[in-house]
Amino acid sequence: MSVFVLRRLLTLLATLVGASLIIFLVLDALPGNAAQMLMGADASPDAVRALTVKLGLDQPLAVRYLQWIRGLLVGDLGNSYVYGTPVAGLIAERLVLTIPLAIMAMTITVTLALSAGIYTAANHNKLGDVGVMSLTQVGIALPNFWFAILLVLLFAVRLQWLSAGGFAGWEDGVWLGVRSLLLPAVSLAVVQAAILARVTRSAVLEVLREDFVRTARAKGLGKREVLWSHVLRNAMIPVMTVMGLQFANLLAGTIVIENVFYLPGLGRLIFQSIANRDLIVVRNCVMLLAAMVVIVNFVVDVLYAFIDPRIKVHDL
Amino acid sequence: MAERSDMPLIEVQNLGVRLNTSRGPAQAVRGVSFSLKRGETLGLVGESGCGKSVTALSLMGLLPDSAVVTGSIKLDGSELAGLADADYCRLRGNRISMIFQEPMTALNPMHTIGNQVAEPLRRHKKYSAAQARKEAIALLDRVGLPDPARRVDAYPHQFSGGQRQRITIAMALACEPDLLIADEPTTALDVTIQGQILDLIADLVEERGMSMILISHDLGVIAENVQRMMVMYGGTVIESGPTDEVFRRMGHPYTQGLFRARPKLGARKGTRLKTISGTVPELADLPAGCTFSERCPLVIDACRTALPPVVEVGPGHGVRCIRTDVSMAANVGALSA
Repeated sequence: MSVFVLRRLLTLLATLVGASLIIFLVLDALPGNAAQMLMGADASPDAVRALTVKLGLDQPLAVRYLQWIRGLLVGDLGNSYVYGTPVAGLIAERLVLTIPLAIMAMTITVTLALSAGIYTAANHNKLGDVGVMSLTQVGIALPNFWFAILLVLLFAVRLQWLSAGGFAGWEDGVWLGVRSLLLPAVSLAVVQAAILARVTRSAVLEVLREDFVRTARAKGLGKREVLWSHVLRNAMIPVMTVMGLQFANLLAGTIVIENVFYLPGLGRLIFQSIANRDLIVVRNCVMLLAAMVVIVNFVVDVLYAFIDPRIKVHDL
Repeated sequence: MAERSDMPLIEVQNLGVRLNTSRGPAQAVRGVSFSLKRGETLGLVGESGCGKSVTALSLMGLLPDSAVVTGSIKLDGSELAGLADADYCRLRGNRISMIFQEPMTALNPMHTIGNQVAEPLRRHKKYSAAQARKEAIALLDRVGLPDPARRVDAYPHQFSGGQRQRITIAMALACEPDLLIADEPTTALDVTIQGQILDLIADLVEERGMSMILISHDLGVIAENVQRMMVMYGGTVIESGPTDEVFRRMGHPYTQGLFRARPKLGARKGTRLKTISGTVPELADLPAGCTFSERCPLVIDACRTALPPVVEVGPGHGVRCIRTDVSMAANVGALSA
């Protein structure tokens, strides 16, 4: 077991190093000089050069990369070109919004998808199955920003139950914060839930065809009991794999959704920083997103081993 | 319950099963009747697709929802055909148990073998977890799994095919069923293991006084393990009787063909195996008359018009053929071999 985890950890580290290299090189290759952007188009070349030196942008590529990595390790991400404040602080105050948003969206996704997927598989080819599967087909086809606007129209404009945008913060109580993240979370979750529901359904159907399901029935278990005690655990492997991948989609989705709902989250920070050529912020935010995705998939890998006893032995 | 001794344990009358296959509706089983007393053993023999497994699954009530079952299946006098699933669940694994062909896939890879063997005990006998575990270890010991106390918490992938089949046997026997259905229990196993597993099943049947229905495509397995046998072809029973009697004088051209087709020890090298010409008919388009008419060497026009009646050719020995006068003129069976 520990060998298995150790090996996955090494893979995780290698992936992170690779990701950091790609992020650094791609952003470095971008046209546009941060110093020029900051000083404005009519700044004198001398002033621009002075600022370039001050920001350390004149150093060789490898040196700048290593400086960045060292900074990442000690938690010093440098200062934003635009705000002049530490990047770490900027990110931290945005994560207070984005992490709860991601967790809410993922919770909604998993809840909707597992119930729909299990329900449809248990009622294979019946009316409920066909109905729910048609809904998921629609769900997959929805662009999430458009669905978000529809939600705003209905719940904020027409019914006035929830606000159309903005974030209430956590200071005045958890409920207010959750309330302002509800519509964005649902918008993010709908497409993912539709996909995951279909994955769950086919995974459950596949396991239902296995011989051991018939064995369990032959022991006297009812269909429902077989589903819960024998089928689901076997069906969870493909479902969790997709869940891990969807987490990445969900984070990417926050960039759009946070803009639709005027949420001061990480996605919006990335969006604004790209517009401002605040590349030091972009680089660290993207690295953070990459790390989150890699870590979530690492957790999924480790969970496989907890769910499926065969994996431990294979990898020991 | 008073006349338990003379009442058959299982009585099947005119069983018919209609399945929805990918090729359309098919009459997988028709007109199957038999009864089985307590402690009696019955063999079902035939090629794949002849309806023997469907017959077994209909006794278990485990056919797909779309299957239509007609006729009657009685267990100790009470009707099973059309029984609600919840009521059937109380019988399965409790009074009727089944062992399947594929030990490699018949066990859930995610659960320990101990839990899987304990499951019917907890369910039907309401044993506590500790009681069920203790009993599971005893059962695993009885079926010859080495070191059961230690291996009870192991997972199926840690066992060989033969060991897994022992585990499924322990599972099937947990609640001491009245009837054990073994569907090709040794087909997927190595030849050396086959004999051990069959001996184990035979010992357990005798020891516990169970009835058994043994399904096999192998005449040898049937000859050695059951008191009575039925030969199935195209969903119908074409010959049935006491095993010794059937093997002494085979009545149906199909049974005879099956018998001639088996490989013989001591046959000269290069000798070709005898075969039955043609292929097994699709259940979706069976011939109108005798199901074997298309391949039968003795076929006459009358065979093709209606399903032949059962002809008594010996004590308890029935053959569904109108040409037994010709087919049984030459003696085919153990005496001639």
